[in-house]
Amino acid sequence: MRYIFVLISALWAQPILAQKWEDQRLFTDGVASHTLRILSNTDTKFFAPIIENFLSTQQSVSVDYLVTSSAELYDIFRTSPEKFDVVISSAMDLQFKLTNDGYALALGDLRHPKWAQWRQSLFAFSTEPAAIVINRAAFKGTPIPRSRQDLIEVLRAHPKFFHGRVGTYDVRQSGLGYFFATQDARVSETYWRLTEVIGSLDARLYCCSGDMIDDLVSGKIAVAYNVLGSYAAAQENVQSLIEVILPSNFPTTMMRSAFVSRKTNLPDAAQAFVQHLVNIQADSAKAENFPLPPLDPNGKPAISLGPALMTYLDRLKRQTFIQEWERAIIQ
Amino acid sequence: MVEVVQVSGSLRNRLTATLIGGAALLAVLMYFTVRTYAIQIAQQGQDNILNASVTSILDAANVSNGIIEIDFPYASFSMLDTASQDRIFYAIYQDDNLLSGYGGLARISPQVGMGSAYGNTTFQGTSVRLASASRMLVGENLRARLTVTVSQTLDGLSGTLNRIGRNVAIFGAGFFLLVVILAFWATSSAIGPLAQLTTSVARRGPQDLRSVASPVPREMVPLVQSLNKLMARLDQSLSRSEDFIVEAAHRVRTPLATVRSHAEATLRRVDREENRQALRSMIRAIDESSRAAGQLLDHAMITFRIDDLDRQDIDLVDLADDLVLGLMPIAEMRDVELKLDASVSVPVKGDMILLQNAVRNLVDNALKYAPRESVVKIVVAASPRPLISIIDEGHGFPVGEINGLADRFVRGSNSKAIIGSGLGLTIAREVAEAHDGSLSLSNNPQGGACVIFSF
Repeated sequence: MRYIFVLISALWAQPILAQKWEDQRLFTDGVASHTLRILSNTDTKFFAPIIENFLSTQQSVSVDYLVTSSAELYDIFRTSPEKFDVVISSAMDLQFKLTNDGYALALGDLRHPKWAQWRQSLFAFSTEPAAIVINRAAFKGTPIPRSRQDLIEVLRAHPKFFHGRVGTYDVRQSGLGYFFATQDARVSETYWRLTEVIGSLDARLYCCSGDMIDDLVSGKIAVAYNVLGSYAAAQENVQSLIEVILPSNFPTTMMRSAFVSRKTNLPDAAQAFVQHLVNIQADSAKAENFPLPPLDPNGKPAISLGPALMTYLDRLKRQTFIQEWERAIIQ
Repeated sequence: MVEVVQVSGSLRNRLTATLIGGAALLAVLMYFTVRTYAIQIAQQGQDNILNASVTSILDAANVSNGIIEIDFPYASFSMLDTASQDRIFYAIYQDDNLLSGYGGLARISPQVGMGSAYGNTTFQGTSVRLASASRMLVGENLRARLTVTVSQTLDGLSGTLNRIGRNVAIFGAGFFLLVVILAFWATSSAIGPLAQLTTSVARRGPQDLRSVASPVPREMVPLVQSLNKLMARLDQSLSRSEDFIVEAAHRVRTPLATVRSHAEATLRRVDREENRQALRSMIRAIDESSRAAGQLLDHAMITFRIDDLDRQDIDLVDLADDLVLGLMPIAEMRDVELKLDASVSVPVKGDMILLQNAVRNLVDNALKYAPRESVVKIVVAASPRPLISIIDEGHGFPVGEINGLADRFVRGSNSKAIIGSGLGLTIAREVAEAHDGSLSLSNNPQGGACVIFSF
C-alpha cells in the first residue's frame, strides 16, 4: 500500500511539461519543421538505429524520443494524449487497454499479420521471452537451472548463498513486471511457489530490466527471474559474465507494440514511422541489422492480443494479485 | 379477306408476369424473413457470450473481512475475443458505488436473481451491446448488491449480419432466377397446345372444314367443341349453297337450251332487220347465261373434287393432245390455229378430270381472245417443273388488273364483247393450287397473253 501511495503521489507532483524522463533524445537534422514525439518505455539505444534509419527516408521530420517506465507511460499518455504521436511499450496489457479505450488511431492501410495487430490500431513488432538470467561465476560448480522447478530446487538447496542475491521485478512499479507475473501465475502454480522461495531469500526488487542486469554483471545478485532476455543478450561485452536461460517449460513471451495516438497532429509521419518499424521488425532478415529482436515469424504466441489482457488490469483483480504477491515476497 | 382481330394483352405475358412477379415477391419476402431471423440468432449469440462473461464475474465474487473481492477468471474476458476484434467495456458496482471498470457505461438495473438484462447503448462514441446482472452478497457486517455490466462493440455482429445478408441475397437472387426459368418453361408448356391448335387450323386448306381430331387439354375442350360446331355449320351451309347453285344451274340450262333453239328458229323466219337484231342479242344473252351456268357447275364439281383429290399417273402431253383434238373444231370456226409444242412425255400425278377442265378453260380463254388468223401455242415442258403454257397473240391482259383476274367473277376490262363468266381462271388456279402448283399470268413482250400452269 505504501508503494502505491508513493507512486501516485509521485505522478501527482509532476506536471507533465516538467516531466522528468528516464531518457530523452532529439533526433534532428536541424532544419526539420515537424517533431514526431515518441513516448516509449524502451531504452534509447534499442531504438536509435531504427529512428535514424527512419529519418533517412523522411524530410522535414525530426524525432523526440521520450523514455519512461511502462506504468508511468500509461498514466502520462492517458492524461495528455494530444502531446504524443506514437506510443511504444513492452507492457502488452497496458497498450491493449489504451487501444480498447479508444486512444489509438486506426491505420487502415498498414499491412501486418492479423495475430500481431488489434483493430488495425495496435501493432506488435517484437517477440521477447522473459528469462532467468544468472551470473556465471556465482553458479560455478552448481548445476545451471533450466526450468522454474530447477530454480526452486537450487535456491532451496543454498539459502545462505542466495540470501539477498536474487532479483526480480517489483510488480507494483513495473508494468512489464506485473504483466510477466500475472501471465506466469495464470499458467502455473509454480509461480507462487517460486515467489515464496524468492521472498524467503529477501529478494531485491527492481523497476527495470536494465538495473537488474547491471547488478547481475557486477555480481551484486546471482540470479534474476523474469528479466527481458533481449536486454541481457543485447549487451555483448557481458556475455561471458551472465547467461540467459529460457525456462524450458512454457516461457512467458511478450510482444512489444506500438500505436499512433488518435490525437496526433502528425498522422502521416506517425503512420510512416509505425509502418517503417513493423516493416523492419516483421522481416527477420532486415531485423538482424537492428538491436531489437524481430517479430517471431512462426506466428501467434501463447499470449495473444485480445480483451483477456485487460483481466489483470481490473482494479479488484490487481488489488487481489498485489496483496497475494506482497504476502509471498515480503516476509 | 382477313379481319383485324382486337388484341387485349397476351396469355403468355400475363402468365409469365404473374409467375415472375410472384417469385420476386417471394424472394424479397424470403430475404427479409431470413435476415430478420438471422439477426435475432446472431444477437442471441452475442447476448449469450456477454451473459456468460457477466455470470463468471459475478460468480467469482466473495466477501472477505467485509470487503468484496472478485478474482474473476481470465476466461471472463478472453471469451469476448471476436474475429472482428471488438472492444469491450465493463463496470462492477457495489450498490451505487463503482468498484471497478468504466464509470461512464450506461447502467440498466437488472433484477436480482432474474438473469441478465440486455440493451444497446452508446459508449465512447460507438454503439455497444451490453448485458447486466445483479447478485446479493451477504457477509459479516455487509449486505450489498453487486451489479456487473459487460458490453461489447458491434463490429463482429454487423460483420456477421452483412455476411448473412449477402448470402441470403445471393440465395434469393438464385431462387428468383430459377423461378424465372421455370416460369418461361411452364408458360410455354401451358400455351403449347393452343399454339398447336392454331397451327393445325391455320395449315388447313381453304376447303378443309373437318372437326379437330387430335386430343387437346381439358381446358381447351369447350373452345375446340365450339370451333368444331362452327366448322360443321359452315360446312353444311357451304355444301347447301353449292347444292343450290348446282341445282339452279341445272334447272336454268335446260330451259335456256329450249329458249335458244326457239330463238334460232324464229331468227330464220324473221326478215325485218330490227327484229333479227333483237333476236341475235337474245341468243347471245342466252349463250352467256348457259355458259355461266356450265361454269358454275364445273366450279362446284371442282370444289367437290379438290377436297378429295383422285391422284393418278397422267402424261401431260397426252392430256394436251386430247384437248387440242377436242377444241380443233372451235378453233377452225374462228380461223385460229392451235399449235401444240410438246416434248415426248411429261408424267405428273394428278386428278385427270380436274386437270382437263382447268387446261380446257385456259385454252378456251385463249381462243376467245385470239384475233382471227392468229396462232394459239400450247407448250408442254418437263423442266424446270412440269408445266403447260398457253400463249396467244391477242391484246394480252390489261396491265393494271393482272393480279386480280383469277378471282371469282372478275373479268378484264377488255372483255366486254366476249362471252364469259369470270370463273375460268378461278377454276384453273384452284386446280393448280390443289396440286401444290401455281398459275401465273403475264403478257408477252411481242403482245399477246401467256398463262403458265405449273406443278
